[in-house]
Amino acid sequence: MTARDAILAALRASGAKPAPAPRHPVPVKQGEPVARFLESVKAVGGHSYRVSDAAALAAEVARLPVWSSPRRVSLVPGLPGGTVDLAAVADPHELADLDVAAIPGEVGVAENGAVWVTGASLGPHRAVFVIPEHLVLVVRAGDVVNDMQEAYGRITLPRPGYGLFISGPSKTADIEQSLVIGAHGARSCAVFVVG
Amino acid sequence: MIDFHPEKARAFVLDDERAHWHDKALWFMRVKRDRAAATVPEWESLREAAEGIKLHTLSRLADYLEEFERNARANGIQVHWARDAEEHNRIVHGILEKHRVTRMVKSKSMLTEECHLNPYLETRGIEVVDTDLGERIVQLAGEAPSHIVMPAIHRKKEEIGDLFHEKLGTPKGLSDPTVLTEKARGHLREKFLRAQAGLTGVNFAIAETGGFVVVTNEGNADMGTTLPPVHIASMGVEKVIPRLADLGVFLRLLARSATGQPVSSYTTHFHAPLPGGELHVVIVDNGRSSMLSEEHRRKALCCIRCGACLNTCPVYRRSGGYSYSYLIPGPIGSVLGPHRDLKGHASLPFASSLCGSCTDVCPVKVDLHHQLLVLRQEAGEEKLVPLGKRLGMKAASFAMARPALFRAGGRFARFILRVAPALARVGPGAIWSRGRELPVAPRESFAELYDREEAGKPEGRS
Repeated sequence: MTARDAILAALRASGAKPAPAPRHPVPVKQGEPVARFLESVKAVGGHSYRVSDAAALAAEVARLPVWSSPRRVSLVPGLPGGTVDLAAVADPHELADLDVAAIPGEVGVAENGAVWVTGASLGPHRAVFVIPEHLVLVVRAGDVVNDMQEAYGRITLPRPGYGLFISGPSKTADIEQSLVIGAHGARSCAVFVVG
Repeated sequence: MIDFHPEKARAFVLDDERAHWHDKALWFMRVKRDRAAATVPEWESLREAAEGIKLHTLSRLADYLEEFERNARANGIQVHWARDAEEHNRIVHGILEKHRVTRMVKSKSMLTEECHLNPYLETRGIEVVDTDLGERIVQLAGEAPSHIVMPAIHRKKEEIGDLFHEKLGTPKGLSDPTVLTEKARGHLREKFLRAQAGLTGVNFAIAETGGFVVVTNEGNADMGTTLPPVHIASMGVEKVIPRLADLGVFLRLLARSATGQPVSSYTTHFHAPLPGGELHVVIVDNGRSSMLSEEHRRKALCCIRCGACLNTCPVYRRSGGYSYSYLIPGPIGSVLGPHRDLKGHASLPFASSLCGSCTDVCPVKVDLHHQLLVLRQEAGEEKLVPLGKRLGMKAASFAMARPALFRAGGRFARFILRVAPALARVGPGAIWSRGRELPVAPRESFAELYDREEAGKPEGRS
């Protein structure tokens, strides 16, 4: 008997009584999602901005001190200023000295400041979410939802194969529970809501 | 008795200042958890839903694992099955050997601790680097994690500074957490960039989509799986959930319960290997199917490893992770350890005040203190309780069944406490009175007080 069959047989023989799948509770809506989202991003250690359109976005991003560092990637349509072309990078290790990446988010979550980003067209460069020193995430106002339950209503998987919620910069409190921003991933995370 | 919780806890509380510091640090997490839970009006319904989803999944676990496997394979994920720790370690080693891996980075996985994967791989010439900061600290110190979410919670920052000085060559005397974290970042970034494979645990595997989710704050799981081409994920059979939408329930509970955050910084969904790379999932039983087959133990398999029961437990907070003989400490470990091996962990069900706080904070409503009580009874039946305690319990039950004797005993105890309290500090009574303030003995017992009040009452009033 293979390990697989042995394990499945043992689990089937366990005699656990059938239990129906429960309904999920309906979350209480708490305030206007975009305003709440902007607050939540700050609460998780990020910076949040609201801009009216793509031109305002480009102007605001250009003003960020981190955007003046030399090695920049922009994956946000209509956001100029990238200096590194991911398509020209063969090996993700070459991204080790990336300063900042601007990435479009597909969903923003008001309750926790998380932004859903996917590796749909990244090829081997999933590292772009975690390896740069700083992150700029851009979400459209219409894509901000109240909570995680609502967010999963907007997300499709298994395609595109890889996706993550990013909530603020990388952080740790493993030394005496002192919160330190910038553990292994981004040291700062600026989130822009457009519209 | 090497596994005896009270003996190990005694060593911990001897350092009074540190014991209080530990207690406070964990209570701080509990307070943060309460604050975070209070921001969600439907919190209790979420807990009920989470419990329901888990129980439903456990009732059809084999079906959901098959569905997961089928969908994962369709996504290009290679699925392996391991009956026990040895088989798991062999599979992981086989994958690494095939790719000639000599340097692997690992993010937090209690399952690989359970399987003792690190020593298995190290003796076979593979460098394994734990990349969660807390885990790296205990790995450098040659210790096991003392908490499942904050592995180095027992260490002071000055000690970590000394450790980094010794092991990483940082300047002597560092103690600022920001500086120490920065040093670790530099040290581990090197490891990430040189790693040939990355291993992670699995927080949730989704049957419907054939992928899995890994949650971290540091981003270490992401660094460790996006640079090297080979990713191995180890999961216990109980990690599968039916649908993608179920994550909405669990993720609203997990981080709030664990650290009081509204969500962790990185919640990563893996559904395909890196282009040109390989993604392996190893599904491990290692005693879980036997736990599932026993009705009263089954619910322990619902645990999502948030650590909330540790943070709230008055015994864990005051005795530290290393007082527990099982690798997972605190209430959940005191349930899981004895479920595996009651004899080897017989003192753990007693490392509890049975106050029930663990059950109250558990996001999936595991009946922890009820299970601890059942385990105590089993330990008693199998004579795994120290003789003194067994005899004491026998004497207590003898006296409690005989009201006259019980009252006489009470009178005697009150008399001794009044005239010679020192006597309560010697002999068999010392086991109980050690470390406790003696009560001021009342003049009369509750029964006497009650009788007197009743006698003094006018007729017709009750």
